[in-house]
Amino acid sequence: MIREFSTADLLFIAMAVRWTLVLSAIAFLGGAVGGLVVALARSAQGRLRRRVAAGFIQVFQGTPLLMQLFLVYFGLAVIGLPIDPLLAAAVALTLHASAYLGEIWRGAIQAVPPGQTEAALALALSYRDRMRHVVLPQAMRLATAPTVGFLVQLIKGTSLASIIGFTELTRAGQIINNATFKPFLVFGTVAALYFLLCWPLSLLARRIEARMRLAVAR
Amino acid sequence: MYQFNFQPVFDNLDLLLYGAWLTVRLSLMAMVLGLVVSVLGAVAKTSGIRPLRWLVDVYVEVIRNTPFLVQIFFIFFGLPAAGISLSPNVAALVALVVNVGAYGTEIIRAGIESIPRGQIEAGRALGLGPVQIFRHVVMVPALRNIYPSLTSQFIYLMLTSSVVSVISANDLASAGADLNARTFASFEIYLVLTILYFLLALGFSALFAAIRRLFFTYPASR
Repeated sequence: MIREFSTADLLFIAMAVRWTLVLSAIAFLGGAVGGLVVALARSAQGRLRRRVAAGFIQVFQGTPLLMQLFLVYFGLAVIGLPIDPLLAAAVALTLHASAYLGEIWRGAIQAVPPGQTEAALALALSYRDRMRHVVLPQAMRLATAPTVGFLVQLIKGTSLASIIGFTELTRAGQIINNATFKPFLVFGTVAALYFLLCWPLSLLARRIEARMRLAVAR
Repeated sequence: MYQFNFQPVFDNLDLLLYGAWLTVRLSLMAMVLGLVVSVLGAVAKTSGIRPLRWLVDVYVEVIRNTPFLVQIFFIFFGLPAAGISLSPNVAALVALVVNVGAYGTEIIRAGIESIPRGQIEAGRALGLGPVQIFRHVVMVPALRNIYPSLTSQFIYLMLTSSVVSVISANDLASAGADLNARTFASFEIYLVLTILYFLLALGFSALFAAIRRLFFTYPASR
């Protein structure tokens, strides 16, 4: 039955934003941990570690996120786990974010002048202390803008979880559209909600970047 | 234990390879048309005309801050309500061009702004016409400067094009979905699809590297 588009439908779509946020948060936090490991391995001394990390990044940046989602989704059955859209989406997006953040942060780590590492070595700081107190704090400043930029990409990426059946913002829109058949209105609303989530972050990223450029120019 | 069964994939490899060709064709068309949109967008944005700049700004921001999946739903399901009905394949191409055009506009704008004013003045001093200046003094050096970002955006476009399978446009991901509906060898099919996409990405980067060597290295060979 096709029914009218009501405020209840609008509310249903708006409430689904929380699942988009939950999924984004899980993927971002998981990706931050994974990305740090990847970035450190990628800029490490050992050649094997560097190669493995580089391969991981290349595979995840060289294949569609949609395929990664499908692979993890059907891969759960392969390793004997029950198929669960939220679990599959969380795992796939975490791996995806780990690769992208790993690459962004590797760039930031390598952009810290080598003299800093040499000074830390001369002070006989251990690898841990060198990274924690000397390299990473400086790398973090450089990495902030592209990291926020990637967060926008990640939030948009969570929309693909709807294809494996996880009810977040996009899928909520599809459900309401199937019941009301007002695609212009429904997908317009969905797009507007994504825009409200992403645009402030995009502006923030641009602002940080502009400030960084000033700092470098000075 | 899960029993792997790659037989359906190998039996239908020709279907998947044909799907890969469709993805290459779709991506190439979207890249060429997207480049045209990007150049027009960038020129509009760097022009002094206020309303035009404002319009391009809205286009770029709206597209870059909403998911491609929602854009394609809007174009395929939403536009018919406004009287514009597109077939899945045309809707897919339009959605991809609109999407990559927004990113490309920003990239090419950055390229144009990287050209020092003195260079344009030097072109004028040499007696070049406005079209010649735009082509040889602004556009070609600008493209050379932003070539890496532009081509990685194009490869990202090719990967994103897998999403057009949700409206059953013809491409590699659709070919895989069809095969999956017939054989249910899901994991095996998507593993092979992922490998094929990876090979396509490698192929496109090799192609872009070749184009760069041919057209964008100093000294200009022609």
